[in-house]
Amino acid sequence: MRARLSFPLTALAAGLLAAGPVTADDPVELTLYYPIAVGGALTEVIDGLVDQFEAEHPDISVDAIYAGNYDDTRVRVMSAIEAGDAPQLSVLFSIDLYDLLEQDAIIAFDEVVETDEEREWLDGFYPGLMENGQLDGMTYGIPFQRSTIVLYWNKDAFEAAGLDPETPPETWDDMARMAAAVRDASGGDQWGVMVPSTGYPYWMFQAFAFQNGHRLMSEDGTEVYFDDPAAIEALEYWVSLATEHDAMPDGTIEWGTLRQNFIEQSTAMMWHTTGNLTAVRNEADFDFGVAMLPMKTQRGSPTGGGNFYLFKDADEAEQRAALTFIRWMTDPERAAAWSIETGYMGVSPAAYETEALRDYIESFPPAAVARDQLEHSTAELSTYQGGRVRRALDNAVQAALTGQMAPAEALAQAQREADAALRRYAR
Amino acid sequence: MDRMNAHRRMQLYGALLLLPAAVLLATFAYLPTIATLINSLFLPGFRGAPTEFVGLENYRLLVEDSTFWRVAGNNLIYALGTIPTSIALALAMALFVNARLPGRGFVRMAYFTPTILPMIAAANIWMFFYAPQIGLFNKLLGALGLSGVNWLGDPGVALTSVIVMTVWKEAGFFMIFYLAALQGMPPELREAADLEGTSRWSFFWRVTFPLLMPTTLFVLINALINAVRVVDHLFILTKGGPNNATNLLLYYVYENAFSFFDRTYAATITVVILLVLAIVATVKFAILDRRTHYQ
Repeated sequence: MRARLSFPLTALAAGLLAAGPVTADDPVELTLYYPIAVGGALTEVIDGLVDQFEAEHPDISVDAIYAGNYDDTRVRVMSAIEAGDAPQLSVLFSIDLYDLLEQDAIIAFDEVVETDEEREWLDGFYPGLMENGQLDGMTYGIPFQRSTIVLYWNKDAFEAAGLDPETPPETWDDMARMAAAVRDASGGDQWGVMVPSTGYPYWMFQAFAFQNGHRLMSEDGTEVYFDDPAAIEALEYWVSLATEHDAMPDGTIEWGTLRQNFIEQSTAMMWHTTGNLTAVRNEADFDFGVAMLPMKTQRGSPTGGGNFYLFKDADEAEQRAALTFIRWMTDPERAAAWSIETGYMGVSPAAYETEALRDYIESFPPAAVARDQLEHSTAELSTYQGGRVRRALDNAVQAALTGQMAPAEALAQAQREADAALRRYAR
Repeated sequence: MDRMNAHRRMQLYGALLLLPAAVLLATFAYLPTIATLINSLFLPGFRGAPTEFVGLENYRLLVEDSTFWRVAGNNLIYALGTIPTSIALALAMALFVNARLPGRGFVRMAYFTPTILPMIAAANIWMFFYAPQIGLFNKLLGALGLSGVNWLGDPGVALTSVIVMTVWKEAGFFMIFYLAALQGMPPELREAADLEGTSRWSFFWRVTFPLLMPTTLFVLINALINAVRVVDHLFILTKGGPNNATNLLLYYVYENAFSFFDRTYAATITVVILLVLAIVATVKFAILDRRTHYQ
C-alpha cells in the first residue's frame, strides 16, 4: 500500500513546488509571434535582434516565434488567447486592428506609456504609418515592418526595347505604353509588367484606386466604396493591361512566384512590396531600378505590413517589459538595421537620420523610394469584418482579371457582399 | 451463482479494455461533434457580446449562400476527379511493381516518394511547376512549340491542376496497400489459371480484382476522407482562388472560422459535411460490403 501511494504523492508535491511563486530575480518572460510575408532569411535577423536585446536587458527574456504569414500569425495568436496562453505582444497585420478590438484582445499604447520620453517616442513615427494603427485618438499599433508598393523595373530590358533605362513610367499611360513596347521588342518572350493578383489582390487594387483619386473605405471602418466610378475605372485599367495592351499575362498572377519571375527576366516591370527589395537586390544579375508607382490623377500607394500590438492578458510588469522591447526594436538604430536587411521602410524620420541608413541610401538609392512615397500614401483597406470585406474585393478583382465578370459587375457584387457584412456596424 | 459473477466480471473486463479507446473517441470525435452541432445553432455576438441562440437560422443562411454551393460543387468535382483516378493509378502501379522487373525496389521507392513529402513542401514545389512563365510545365510546352497555360490562375483549369497534384501525392500511398494485398494472394490461383489458359486480363478482372475488394474498399474510404480532409495544398497553391474556383469545403470552414472570426457559421458548414460523409459511408458499407469477400 505504501509503495503504491507514495508515487502519486511525490508527483503531486513536485508539481506544487514547480508552480511556486516567481521571485523578483527572475527575468520577465515575454512571448511574441511574428509573421514573414516576404522573401529572405528574416527569422535569422529577428533572432539576432532578440539576442542583442536580451544581452542589453538581462531582466527581460523574449521568446520570438515565427508563425507564418499574416493570416497564420493572426490564427496562432487568437488560438493562443483562447487556450489561455496569450502572448504579451505580437507583430500582426496593421489592418487587423478592428477585428482585434472586437475580440477585446488588445490595449492602447496610451494606457501603458508613463514618461514624457515614451510619449515622445509614440509621436515620433511617420503619420502615414500610424493611420492604420489609430482609432478614436488612441494608438493600438506601432509600426515595425511597414511597406508600400513600389515599381521595380529592369533597366537592361528597357534598353533592349529602345526605352530610356533611367526613366521609369510616371503615368498610367506611360506604363501601358512602355510595357507594350518591351513585349513587342522581345517578340512575345518577355512581358511588360506584372501586378500580382493572388495573395493580396485588394492591396494592389487599392493602389490603382488611390492613383485615380479614390479612397475605398471610410475612416471609422464601417463603410466601403467599391462601386464608385473611379474605382471601376481603376479596375478597368488593370484589366486592360492584359486584354488591350497585351503587356501583362491573362488570368491571375501569383504573388509567391512574382519575384522569381522578375529575377528570371520574364517580366520587365513588377509591382511588389518594398519588403522584397533586399532579396531582389541580392538575387538579380541585371541592372534594375525602383520607382514610385505611376499616377493617374495623383501619386499613391497604400501602406502595408505589420505593427506591434500589446495584448490585454498581461500584468503590469509584462506590459512595461513589452513596451521596453517594442521601443528598442523601433529605435532609430534598429529600425535602420531592419530596413537595410529587408527593404521595409525605416519607421521614423529619425531612422533615416542615422548614419547607417544615410550611407546605405547613398550607395543604394532605391531604398529611399518607399519613404519618399509615404507622403502620397493612404491607409491600407481596414474595416470591421475585415476578412469578409477583403475576400469580397479579392474575388471581384480575380473575377475581372480572369474575364469571368466585367469590372463594373464584379465591383457591384463586391459592394453588395461588403455591405451585407458591415450592416450591423453602420453608425 | 459463480458462473453469473464470472460472466459479469468478463463483461467488466471487456468494458475496461475498451475504456481507453472509448475515452479518446469521445474526447476527440463525439464531444466535438456535439459541441459543433450546438455551436451551429448560435450567431456570433456583436462587438464582443456573447453568442445568441437562433435555432436553424444559420442553416437557412447556408442554403442561401451561393459561395457555399460553389464550394460544395467544387468539392464534388474534386472528389470525382481524385478518387477513381488515384485508386486506378495505385492499382496499376502495384501490379507493375509486383511483377519481377529489374530495379523493382527503386521503382517502388520512386512511386512512394510523393507520399513521404509533407503536403506543404509538395505544394510549394508544384507551385513552381505550375508557374506560368518560369515553371517546368510551361517550359516543356514551350519547347514543344505550344503556348503555356496559366495552370493555377485560369479558373477553368485551376481545379484540374489541384486534382492532378493530389493524385500524384496520394497514388503512392494507396499503392502500398494494393502491393501488400497482391503479395498475400496465393500463387496457386495463378498456376491454376495458367493451366486453364486464362488470359491475363480475364484473370485480373475475375480473380485478382474481386480478391482485392477489401483493399479497394479500404482505399476508397481513405480517398473519400482525404477528398474532404486534405486542403493543405490550397493554402500554398491558390488560397481558394481565383474567385473561389478552387475553394473546397474544409478550406471554406477554415476561412469562416479564422479569417472571418465566424465560428458559428463554420460549425454549420461542418455539420453539413459530417452529415454528407455519414450518409455516403453508410451507403458504401451497405452496398459494397455484400460484394466483398473477406478471407
